[in-house]
Amino acid sequence: MTQFLSLLLNGISLGAIYALIALGFVIIFKASEVVSFTHGSLLLLGAYSIARLSDPLGFYLAALVGIAITALAALIVERLIINRLRGAPVISLAIVTIGVDIILLTELIRRIGSDILNVPHPWGGGSFRMGDIGISQNRLIATVVAGVLIALFFVAFKYSSWGVSMRASAEDGETAALMGIRLGRVSALAWVVAGVLAGVAAMFLVGSPTPGVSPAVYTVALRAFPAAILGGLDSTGGALVGGLLIGMAESLAAGYQDQLLFLGRGFGDVVPYVVMIAVLLVRPSGLFGTKELTRV
Amino acid sequence: MSEATATSPGATRAVPRAAPEPRRSYVRPLVLVILLVVLLALPIYVEEFWLRTGFAVCGAIVGAIGLNLLVGNTGQLSLAHAFFLACGAVTYVFISGESGGIGLADLSGLGWPPLIGMIAGVLVAGLAGLLFSPIAARLRGIYLGVASLGLVFIGQHVLNSWTSVTGGFNGRSAPEFVLFGFTFGNRDPELFVVGVPFREAERLWYLGLVLALAAYLFARNLLRSRAGRALQTLRDSEVAASVMGVNVQRYKARVFLVSSMYAGLSGVMYALSIGSIAPESFGLEVSILYLAMIVLGGLGSVGGSVLGAIFVSALPLIFQRYADAVPLVGEGGLAAGEAARYLFGLAIILVVMFEPAGLAGLAGRFRRKGRDPGGGRATRPSSAATSSSTTDVPSDRPAQGSTT
Repeated sequence: MTQFLSLLLNGISLGAIYALIALGFVIIFKASEVVSFTHGSLLLLGAYSIARLSDPLGFYLAALVGIAITALAALIVERLIINRLRGAPVISLAIVTIGVDIILLTELIRRIGSDILNVPHPWGGGSFRMGDIGISQNRLIATVVAGVLIALFFVAFKYSSWGVSMRASAEDGETAALMGIRLGRVSALAWVVAGVLAGVAAMFLVGSPTPGVSPAVYTVALRAFPAAILGGLDSTGGALVGGLLIGMAESLAAGYQDQLLFLGRGFGDVVPYVVMIAVLLVRPSGLFGTKELTRV
Repeated sequence: MSEATATSPGATRAVPRAAPEPRRSYVRPLVLVILLVVLLALPIYVEEFWLRTGFAVCGAIVGAIGLNLLVGNTGQLSLAHAFFLACGAVTYVFISGESGGIGLADLSGLGWPPLIGMIAGVLVAGLAGLLFSPIAARLRGIYLGVASLGLVFIGQHVLNSWTSVTGGFNGRSAPEFVLFGFTFGNRDPELFVVGVPFREAERLWYLGLVLALAAYLFARNLLRSRAGRALQTLRDSEVAASVMGVNVQRYKARVFLVSSMYAGLSGVMYALSIGSIAPESFGLEVSILYLAMIVLGGLGSVGGSVLGAIFVSALPLIFQRYADAVPLVGEGGLAAGEAARYLFGLAIILVVMFEPAGLAGLAGRFRRKGRDPGGGRATRPSSAATSSSTTDVPSDRPAQGSTT
């Protein structure tokens, strides 16, 4: 039982990180109709920047600058490419982001090489224990920070003028534009917010129990894709639920690996995808996604 | 490649003034014949490296054509291509490979004739596509894109864990291809053509040519058929397609089947060309490279897939070989594979932004510029892409006959 609770807690913390990434993914989709395959390498960019800058700047400043760099990169992608392609088919937009991803990822992998860059989190690699249930301090802090950020986001999404204009433009871009909402600005802001969320997620993702920044972080980041899809690509609440679900499923599968040995070692890594495919089989637009209705 | 007649609407209008129009019908077959002769004679003059590259390119061509049917013609984004390649390759190696232990791994194989292995590879990949198609058929483009991402990772997991079949992390070697007693290897029988020894590379080159040509013709004919038209209607509007009596779900499932069968054949050819398979050869990166091929070549164009496949699969190899001659590549600079990847990434962005019809569109534009004063501007690039693949009208159509 304690093992189960422990795994569940770890799953929630991992899920919180996934939720941050997935939320960015969903915001971008809502604001600019782009499925951003760049997200994985943006995250790696954030992690890499934080790791490299921690030495000269100290961790906290490095984290701030790293998050800013990630947001800036997202903004550049939006301004230079996505903004010029408004109205292009969704598939073309997705393919463009794959192009960006290839370039960014190649550059980062070349820089990282075969090293594992260490990020010196001030909270260290220690773990926090409540009775028999343990969780790494990094993950605990991640859960709290992610919770606060997500709550802030939902409040902003609901009440701030940015949130209102974003929901309006997602609902009906043309009408929103006629009402004086500047779609370009909404989309740019969405990319920046997504960049910030990815940067924060990166900061926690490379802490214990993950060894550090290596190209493998990219594959971890990709597991947030199923989270977004599973919740429904256009549902912010879905991203949160999807993230948590994926996190818990992965953590449990990894924890009970010995019982699941017939499925092969390292099955936990693919569980997010298995869950996603299972859900899509039943609900093609995710758990909370808008069902596509076509009127003829 | 052979989309010389891409000008269907413009051509009919331009008939009175376009004097060279009738002559084209001679030029085009002539060019094709010359190309064919050159390709057939190549092994006599060219060294082994190019032939090996050539076979690998042929494999990529087959795969790219298959993916383009799905993405370009039907509008279903798929990142699962590497998974289906793996299905084909693993099946071939399992069915035609011998059982035995290598190192710690205990490999099992049926040892059946490689031809059966190849056919089974295609069928199993198709079956995998069919199994996935209940999901694929219900998902729209972008959901499918991400869902198919999952297949690649699940495939990687299976490749790594199902050691007895796949060889696990280290992979296993692929048996030589044998066709009715003729080995596509270095011996059995020893073969000399005009004094040049025809060894594995030369033999595989011809195999590759035949398979790639067959794949090309099949796809082209498919697109011109009723089913092909249905697929393209599906891409442009699912509602319109279903109103026209196209069974949307069934066609989506079928195109997924065909596309993954193409991928299966391509996977078998990959195994033959490398001589072994390993999980790392079927990662997400491979899917993305295939996507790069069809985007650069031109979405929706069979000829474009061929161009794109040649470009994307040959470029890193050529960079590698001529590392000294290419600026910025080589020692102290970028590795060949990296340089090629930067280029692909950049090319993808530029193509989507400025020339959505890709290389095929560029080629068509130049050809049109040479012919009628209207230039390539008359047709929008996107419509040029579809017309170049679909309205590929035979050159002996009545409209032309009437002018001569």
